[in-house]
Amino acid sequence: MLDSNKDALKLEAMKRIVAMIARGKNASDLFPAVVKNVACKNIEVKKLVYVYLVRYAEEQQDLALLSISTFQRGLKDPNQLIRASALRVLSSIRVTIIVPIMMLAIKEAASDMSPYVRKTAAHAIPKLYSLDPEQKDQLIEVIEKLLADKTTLVAGSVVMAFEEVCPERIDLIHKNYRKLCNLLIDVEEWGQVVIINMLTRYARTQFLNPNINEGGGGDKTFYCSDEDEDEDEEKEKKPYVMDPDHRLLLRNTKPLLQSRNAAVVMAVAQLYFHLAPKAEVGVIAKALVRLLRSHSEVQFVVLQNVATMTIKRRGMFEPYLKSFYIRSTDPTQIKILKLEVLTNLANETNISTILREFQTYIKSMDKDFVAATIQAIGRCATNIGEVRDTCLNGLVQLLSNRDELVVAESVVVIKKLLQMQPEKHSDIIKHMAKLTDNIQVPMARASILWLIGEYCEHVPKIAPDVLRKMAKSFTNEEDIVKLQIINLAAKLYLTNSKQTKLLTQYVLNLAKYDQNYDIRDRARFIRQLIVPTEKSGALSKYAKKLFLALKPAPVLESPFKDRDHFQLGSLSHLLNAKAGGYQELPDWPESAPDPSVRNVEVKESVCGPARVCPVNTFPTNRHSSAPPLILISASSEPDTGSGSESVSVSVESGSPSDSEESEESSESDEDEEEEEKEKKKKKKEIKQMQASESRARSKPDVSFQTIAPSSALKNYELLHRITGEGLSVEYCFSRQAFSPDANMVAVQMHFTNNATSDTKNLHIEDVKLQSGMRVKEFAEIELLPAGEATTAVMGVDFCDSTQAANFQLCTHTRKFFVSIQPPVGELMRPVFLTENEFKKEQSQLMGMNEISENLTLDAKCRNEHAIVQRVTTAANLSRVPCGSDKECRFAGKTVTSGSLVLATVATKDEGAAQLTVNCEKMVIGTMLVKDLLLALTQ
Amino acid sequence: MIHSLFLVNASGDIFLEKHWKSVVSRSVCDYFFEAQERATEPENVPPVISTPHHYLISVLRHRIYFVAVIQSEVPPLFVIEFLHRVVDTFQDYFGVCTEAAIKDNVVVVYELLEEMLDNGFPLATESNILKELIKPPTILRTMVNTITGSTNVGEQLPTGQLSVVPWRRTGVKYTNNEAYFDVVEEIDAIIDKSGSTITAEIQGVIDACVKLTGMPDLTLSFMNPRLLDDVSFHPCVRFKRWEAERILSFIPPDGNFRLLSYHVSSQNLVAIPVYVKHNITFREGSSQGRFDLTLGPKQTMGKAVEAVLVSSQLPRGVLNANLNPSQGTYTFDPVTKLLTWDVGKINPQKLPSLKGTMSLQAGASKPDENPTINIQLKIQQMAISGLKVNRLDMYGEKYKPFKGIKYMTKAGKFQVRT
Repeated sequence: MLDSNKDALKLEAMKRIVAMIARGKNASDLFPAVVKNVACKNIEVKKLVYVYLVRYAEEQQDLALLSISTFQRGLKDPNQLIRASALRVLSSIRVTIIVPIMMLAIKEAASDMSPYVRKTAAHAIPKLYSLDPEQKDQLIEVIEKLLADKTTLVAGSVVMAFEEVCPERIDLIHKNYRKLCNLLIDVEEWGQVVIINMLTRYARTQFLNPNINEGGGGDKTFYCSDEDEDEDEEKEKKPYVMDPDHRLLLRNTKPLLQSRNAAVVMAVAQLYFHLAPKAEVGVIAKALVRLLRSHSEVQFVVLQNVATMTIKRRGMFEPYLKSFYIRSTDPTQIKILKLEVLTNLANETNISTILREFQTYIKSMDKDFVAATIQAIGRCATNIGEVRDTCLNGLVQLLSNRDELVVAESVVVIKKLLQMQPEKHSDIIKHMAKLTDNIQVPMARASILWLIGEYCEHVPKIAPDVLRKMAKSFTNEEDIVKLQIINLAAKLYLTNSKQTKLLTQYVLNLAKYDQNYDIRDRARFIRQLIVPTEKSGALSKYAKKLFLALKPAPVLESPFKDRDHFQLGSLSHLLNAKAGGYQELPDWPESAPDPSVRNVEVKESVCGPARVCPVNTFPTNRHSSAPPLILISASSEPDTGSGSESVSVSVESGSPSDSEESEESSESDEDEEEEEKEKKKKKKEIKQMQASESRARSKPDVSFQTIAPSSALKNYELLHRITGEGLSVEYCFSRQAFSPDANMVAVQMHFTNNATSDTKNLHIEDVKLQSGMRVKEFAEIELLPAGEATTAVMGVDFCDSTQAANFQLCTHTRKFFVSIQPPVGELMRPVFLTENEFKKEQSQLMGMNEISENLTLDAKCRNEHAIVQRVTTAANLSRVPCGSDKECRFAGKTVTSGSLVLATVATKDEGAAQLTVNCEKMVIGTMLVKDLLLALTQ
Repeated sequence: MIHSLFLVNASGDIFLEKHWKSVVSRSVCDYFFEAQERATEPENVPPVISTPHHYLISVLRHRIYFVAVIQSEVPPLFVIEFLHRVVDTFQDYFGVCTEAAIKDNVVVVYELLEEMLDNGFPLATESNILKELIKPPTILRTMVNTITGSTNVGEQLPTGQLSVVPWRRTGVKYTNNEAYFDVVEEIDAIIDKSGSTITAEIQGVIDACVKLTGMPDLTLSFMNPRLLDDVSFHPCVRFKRWEAERILSFIPPDGNFRLLSYHVSSQNLVAIPVYVKHNITFREGSSQGRFDLTLGPKQTMGKAVEAVLVSSQLPRGVLNANLNPSQGTYTFDPVTKLLTWDVGKINPQKLPSLKGTMSLQAGASKPDENPTINIQLKIQQMAISGLKVNRLDMYGEKYKPFKGIKYMTKAGKFQVRT
């Protein structure tokens, strides 16, 4: 029929084939016949062919290629629906060969006139990505472009694509953040869910915790920071001001709580739960309670989430307590979840109503539910002391219930409760002892036996009797009960050996020949422990302490207790296990990242007119108005203390471009906090600098022409105070030239004597080096008094390798083996080059000598200044002036061989950057690239 | 997102499958069947099942399980809500959503699913957009199609898809312009043994059937809008206007839709329309039990209580019931132990009652649980919360529409504990 030239017949044939596919029957034999019809004029036939093609193309790759040209033609059709569906099918055919065609089609469609086609393009991105992850970079470009799209139709789909392809590229969102917030309400509902979830994650990385000042709330991350305390205090005093963008998000999502789509409501609820200040979270309760009227599957998911929320924010749902009351018609799983919520909500004021409710539940016909209710009562009783006795009495009454499951469950719960206050309840224990004749459920029997054993002193008469009965039935019991019988026997033997000695022996003998090795083991162990023999060691003296130690009462807690580390509403949260592709919800940052990244150049930017402040109010201390100075020598520069910034800026070429200026200016207000921090850091730096300066001054001969170290020096540990018996040694690469030998790297050592006695004759001995390496020792330090510190400089020629220099550090009493391993960045010293020289040198170091790497800059390292600082911290290089503000160049040469090392960081949009290192020594080059990458991305 | 969809009927057969990405073998459903076996009741199957490689999310509607296969993290509600939307769409298209209806229209179902999801992500779920893409099958249309050879599938992109009002298509024309609104309220309540109310709330909806030409802009205002403090809207309602003036302003979709649903939770606003006097006892030692039930109207504001249906799940020990209704009929299913009593209208002069004895299984001890009584009822011409529509205005079009509003109260989950 497919070969017929009548459309009606073809249609009929296709319908039958599709019906086959639907039933799961294999129809792949017909592939060639069907594919022919892909160009059919009749649109319904065409669509059915598409359905067929998508289903079987993967299996018949070669034949599927025949249809590609039709789609390519379809992509140029004037009808947008046809363009879109051609793209849809093309991208749904999972044939690897056509990846380039798909890529091209997606790129083209991404700039299509019709938003519908653009939407389809966004849908096609994850398809292509799953087919060929290699295309990621190109796809990210397309995503970036589509993210900038202003139509609501596209927004949802492209965020979906973003989440599947590159959820880690949060930097792509910055510029679109405000637009997404404002469009949100008009986006179709499925898109809303995805966008809200993504924005939750985004906000967690970009804004401060709104509940920070209230302390508590479990948000301890902030206090765990290892920053010194006074800084914490300072921050706490500062009132928290919510970022206007944060507020914008909360404001724009709130109306969506009224959506008819449960998924949207849930998404907003989790957003509020994770992001909103405590006072505002309450609004979601009402909406969530409303969802409880929906289908039972929806109820199930919502209740799971409510259960988690009630643990953290109980007050939120308290007014809605009654909405969680259970109806006899609810499915069991819903009942149990509601019970969980009710238990979580219980407190002193409402416990009586809740317990009354529970009483009715116990009479339910659904036994699983009754068992859960009994456990819930147990939990209420442990959590709320006032009602413990009432609960206990109620549970004891249940012991006379006819249903065995109910009784067993109550026994287990009573056992837990009794452990909290055993003294008062010996009559209950007696009552339970009587029950042993009737109850058959092993768990319950075991619980009773344990109770009697534990509190045998309260029931001295009954306990041996119970043991007697149990000994009789020992062989017929379950394993768990047997263990408890042995346990009971042992405890009784210790407290009341007169009456029970024989019984215990008997039980232990029975256990000795049990089938279960656990029980045999236990019996052997207990026999050794309690029965005094001539050989019995010291342990048996403590037997009583071992067995009759006070046991802490068990804590009954909710299974939902720790679930809130998963993003609420997610699959992972529901399963309490990480599902594939789950994105962790990051912790709040300690300080807000630069909010100006969200500024959009266009004037219509919605929020915050106060954002951009005029340039002239810009604090002048940030840029020292130094002329484009190029050479600074460490000793001649009087104001080293002005910190790293002045240095790096002064090396900057003539006039910093305007755009940069304004960009930086916009951060000024919000950044005060950060600035303060920075100042602190600077102060620290200054101290260090002064220290190193003073050291430098003590050696006036170091007037060597170098470029000042542009950042704080990193200290490494050579000898820990504990291994060094009070002597601790730290070293740093001072980046000064080592005067006695220019080929050596200067290592500054800082000795501290923490011991109580003086250390004498500090010197180096027994230097073990790789061939070619040399060491120039420091002069022997004759005396280091207790509590004092001193520094010394030694020189090491590492031969341009990162091999460690091993030697012994000797005092008058001890020798310590130590080693110094240089980071590759310290094996070079800065040289000054002009831009032209740099380019010339670079052009000679191409090919094998050039290593380049793409990277994404760390969020805090987007501006030029930060890049310069990070690079110069990581490697002893100097900045090369350069005309373009997109590139930072650095130059240096290796200490020993003097080969040039050139590094270039070219920044692109959105934090992408390229790092290029040119070096004759390829090993050094590769290692340097690694180190710099690390420095720039972290 | 959604990888595949399987439709499973009550007897456990997969009768339809659709894959949006690579094909997932049917055998993945075995995990689902396992869970199904473990659950005693069909509705006790957990909605989310985790298997080694996939996650199964299922919903049960009309005795058909819709099982979606997921491979990675996705909000479960997203999938559940979508599956329900699929069922709603089927119902919209075929009138009913049964296995037979789906099997008969398997091609349309396939076309619909193809349009609703692209690569597992929802594409078009708005019913009027779908209806333009794929026309619902009617007998008339099938005949016309066979004669003229035209198809069921639209050739143009639905206009709604691109407009700011995606829920409405352009160029709607009617000869009779009419707009009907139904205010339907359901009472959810739990009444305890002694007849006092434990919880009571009202779930209300306003369903609309709007058949108006062109692009009308409607506003609906209420006499007492303050009642509505917990509402959810159809996307067409302008939320800002509601916040500011408490007026519903919207461009309606074409045809039937749910304009708004609301929730009145404060108990004192909820009137309980009926009371139940009951006396259900089992005597210790004898194999007989007494059953005595009387219904009477309570706060009904003079309106008649109609279509009353009482049902109760009697304890497992009950063998049979020998009862005598003063009106209506009763049935007792000895297998499921479900007692239903179709009362009909309650006459305040002569209260309906159901009296008699129950026989217990010989030797069985007295059941210690008491059955709960579920009641269904209807009250016409009244919204029990007292919500009243003030007026409906139309802007943007010249003609005068025919307007109508209807109120109705029903019992939702109305339970009496005994």
